[in-house]
Amino acid sequence: MGISRKWTGILITIFTGILFLIMMFPFFIVVINSAKASLEIITDPISMPEKWSQLFENIKIIWNKPTIRYASSVFSSTVITTGSLFFISVFSAMAAWMLVRTKSKLSTFIFLLFLSGLIIPFQVVMFPLVELFRRIREFTGIHMLKTYHGMILTYIGFGAPMAVFLFHGFIKSIPKELEEAATIDGCNKFQIFFRIIMPILKPIFVTVIILNAIWIWNDFLLPSLILGVGQEIQTIPLAIANFAGSFVKKWDLIMTAVLMAAVPIIIGFLIGQKHIIKGMVSGSIK
Amino acid sequence: MNRYKKDRIYFWIFLAPALLSFIVVVIIPFFMGIFYSMTDWTAIAGLKPNWVGLENYKEMFSDLAFQYSFMRTFLFTLLSVLSINFVALAFAFLVTRETKLKNFYRAGFFIPNLIGGLVLGYIWQFIFKNVVPAIGSLLGIEAMEKVLILADPTLALFGLIFAFTWQYAGYIMMIYVAALLNVPQELIEASELDGAGPWHKFWNIIVPMIAQAFTITSFLTLVNSFKQYDIIRALTNGGPTTQFNDVVVNSTEMLAVHIYNVAFKYNNMAEGQARAIIFFLILSIVAMTQVYVNKKREVEM
Repeated sequence: MGISRKWTGILITIFTGILFLIMMFPFFIVVINSAKASLEIITDPISMPEKWSQLFENIKIIWNKPTIRYASSVFSSTVITTGSLFFISVFSAMAAWMLVRTKSKLSTFIFLLFLSGLIIPFQVVMFPLVELFRRIREFTGIHMLKTYHGMILTYIGFGAPMAVFLFHGFIKSIPKELEEAATIDGCNKFQIFFRIIMPILKPIFVTVIILNAIWIWNDFLLPSLILGVGQEIQTIPLAIANFAGSFVKKWDLIMTAVLMAAVPIIIGFLIGQKHIIKGMVSGSIK
Repeated sequence: MNRYKKDRIYFWIFLAPALLSFIVVVIIPFFMGIFYSMTDWTAIAGLKPNWVGLENYKEMFSDLAFQYSFMRTFLFTLLSVLSINFVALAFAFLVTRETKLKNFYRAGFFIPNLIGGLVLGYIWQFIFKNVVPAIGSLLGIEAMEKVLILADPTLALFGLIFAFTWQYAGYIMMIYVAALLNVPQELIEASELDGAGPWHKFWNIIVPMIAQAFTITSFLTLVNSFKQYDIIRALTNGGPTTQFNDVVVNSTEMLAVHIYNVAFKYNNMAEGQARAIIFFLILSIVAMTQVYVNKKREVEM
């Protein structure tokens, strides 16, 4: 029995290794083909590239090509993601704290209203939202579509329900005595929230930021409606869709663009691996 | 100012930013959407929508393209749920064994989840179109060399499920891993002393312990398969076309893509909106069933 067990163990180890290689295969394909020229990639997509220096050529092309505007899309993605993350987490924490600490029918109703947002899919509000933003411009002159503030506002609205829900669950477990002591010391609500509550909420902030960061950074449908494909402000997925969706497929450059989009996320993941996995799993279970 | 009044002002100051954004972005458009779905709305500026009652809904149920998309979405959802959960559970068992590489494998299986659906769709489009035939010719397998996965309605559907499983299984795996690590080691050892075989151990100890995780994973995979848009858009864009009751339809145009296409490609906003409302109703039924099942299970435990 001991020997057969050992052999099963070895077989399972080999099997796991093979599965791992299969899972990594698409990345391997992206990396080797990012270093090929347009003819080479069509004739032979599975061999090692003739010269790896082509990779830098391709990156330079992507970065500088005026029809892709990759550099500007990196900037836009960064502005939109960080802006949205900041406001989603701070606003939702503020709202959740008040909702937990105020016992009234109104606060219960508002909390349930936020929860209803968890089951409303984007598809059901996307067309009217675009219409509403158009109307807002007609009546107030404030541009909402194709702007940073319109995009960030949209992410706050869609991100708030989940974030409020997560913060709400956590704040319930914080004893009230802390805040009462601070009130007696003459602190106002802002001081209590930003000095006492916020530091305690740190683990939930991490969860909320990670969950939303991955969603917003990779999101396509929502920005495609609010910002539009091929417009002045475009996120990285929009830039890639605009470029890759064109009729003639330049696979060598598409693979390079894909590589450039994936590498920063993967590096970020490897750095914060523990927090990210914990955050994503705990966010899903609640 | 008395304390009560002051508290109320603070209440609204703290709530306003999140609540107002949520109302403007989700709640108002939601009710606008219900209204528009009963009009002949076209989104052309200056044109007032006229009330048509349930006309768009009637139109939808008699539309063969919708019926077909509906069935394909259910098929896609069902197969994705099975495929993702099967792979995820297998991964979870493999990476909870005592090996030095377990954390390395966990990270590796998880990484595809960080790649956005759109980017991932293009990667797999390239693999299905160029890499698979190249491997076929390398190995001398003619069927593989000649196959056009994305041009065949059935193969294209499997291609989508394959790509989606690649992306999502690692994430679902993590939830199973968390559940498996909660199975007390003593319980397994005790059963081994009692002479339980691996099959018995699996069904009577491990399965009940991960049942709780299963309600979560089945819900997540169900909802996310049903809502899938980005991968489809980049991988097949709804194609290839096929025949359904003598009508030409798009074989991988799942509901989320269908709604978008009806509204923008065929420029019929009101009809697209009516379909989106039905889409929402189905999702709510799924979500409520999930809550109900969960509550019932918690009571039992």
